[in-house]
Amino acid sequence: MSLSGFLSQLLEILVALIAAPLLMGWINAWRAWLQNKSAPSLLQPYRTLHKLFHKESVVAESATPIFRIAPYIVFGCMALACGIVPTLSTDLPLSPAADAIALVGIFAVARFFIALAAMDIGTAFGSLGARREMLIGFLAEPALLMVLFTASLITRSTSLTNIVENLASREFVIYPSLLISGLAFLMVSLAENARVPVDNPATHLELTMIHEALILEYSGRHLALIEWAVALKLFAYTCIGAALFVPWGLAKASAPEAMILAIPMLVVKLAAAGFFLAVIETVNAKMRIFRVPEFLGTAFLLAVIALLVHVLLGA
Amino acid sequence: MTNSLLSQSINLFAAMLLIVVFAMISQRRILRVIHLFTLQGATLVATTVVVGYLTGQSHLYYSAAITFVFKVILIPVVLHRVIDKLNVRWDVETLINIPTTMLVGIVLVIFSFNMALPISQLSTSIARGTLGIALACFLLSFMMMITRAKAVPQVIGFLSMENSLFFAASAATSGMPMIVELGIAFDVLAGILILGVFMFQIREQFDSLDIRHLEKLKED
Repeated sequence: MSLSGFLSQLLEILVALIAAPLLMGWINAWRAWLQNKSAPSLLQPYRTLHKLFHKESVVAESATPIFRIAPYIVFGCMALACGIVPTLSTDLPLSPAADAIALVGIFAVARFFIALAAMDIGTAFGSLGARREMLIGFLAEPALLMVLFTASLITRSTSLTNIVENLASREFVIYPSLLISGLAFLMVSLAENARVPVDNPATHLELTMIHEALILEYSGRHLALIEWAVALKLFAYTCIGAALFVPWGLAKASAPEAMILAIPMLVVKLAAAGFFLAVIETVNAKMRIFRVPEFLGTAFLLAVIALLVHVLLGA
Repeated sequence: MTNSLLSQSINLFAAMLLIVVFAMISQRRILRVIHLFTLQGATLVATTVVVGYLTGQSHLYYSAAITFVFKVILIPVVLHRVIDKLNVRWDVETLINIPTTMLVGIVLVIFSFNMALPISQLSTSIARGTLGIALACFLLSFMMMITRAKAVPQVIGFLSMENSLFFAASAATSGMPMIVELGIAFDVLAGILILGVFMFQIREQFDSLDIRHLEKLKED
């Protein structure tokens, strides 16, 4: 492992940890502006995290150790995911540890533990949220895998860094398959990150919530870790999307100094993605929970078509 | 460089056609189905123009112009007037089990891609790779006609089938002779007018556009 590789890996995780809450704040601010409300400060997520870290953590009497360790596992998974996805550089010593398929597995581990912790307390809301989360998860995962397979077929590798390097260094070619799978990826990431057409991140309305029902029992530093993990997950998904569909502007192993250029590039991509997400959340209404299988079924279908189109057209 | 991008854009348009047909199958609102049909026509026009430009065949421009006039302007206008007169503009159709239909759709796509591969290897045309997509669109539109219960979406399924045939023709060969194209275009227009009258008749008889009523031969 070279020194520059080590540094770029460290820098990438640090950037993810710092920028993820900012991305959340950016999306919330745009959402408010688009809806003619006065926006909260961009730094509001940091303040929330700061406040929660200084609060006492209350744990239910019936809680088992799973409830206590779940936030750490979830946070760890998300931080690891952010370390694997190439955001600034493709020279990542961690990336051989997990390819695109294992990355989906890391997300699944986090989901599994958060669902376990939600059921652990034994409240009705917890198990309701856990069931809904698992329903969405098991429908979204195959679609996400299909999207990643399409990119893998084009580049003949399942390692994310190889995929990105390969895509970025090619001559510009229109890939209809990548376009279609981009659409599928958008739908999957809306569902996975509990954003508007599937779940409303701003609501605590009992009957409609999915994600909020899961974490209802958490408080203090546990809640802070989970909120941070949620921001990291959104950051990771945005970066996967950027890596697969706009792979330009990342530093290569041979030219680590390009990292300096990669940072503003990343900021531009994240800002554009955040704005786009805010627009989607503003113009769409939340759908009924039983429409979600249809929504994700469509995402899976698009991903499969993308794969087939790639096989047929070779593009 | 421009030419290679243009020939890639044929693949892009073909993929778009496939997505539009899938969107039609899963769409509940009649109005949206008509919008999608218009989009399909526009994509077809774009493909024909690009193929015409790349192969230097000027008659494809005429056929693109005919397609534009008929399938992007005239037929959607007729359809809009029909749904206005029938008062079904905001109708929402209850479709049975969209995910299953979609899965059957995927099977159809795989089937037609397999079918088309050996055929397209015989062809020398610029868009031969897209023959599989044209075939898939054709079968999917056919399936749309089967799964829909109301008359208007069925007619749109029929029209979309014709669109896919047209696309197949320009993908496998470089377009049909002008006289054939003109004939088909007028046939389709006449067809839609007759079907429009037919729809009014169905409504008159049964107070509904649900074609299941046609299965009963007399009142009981």
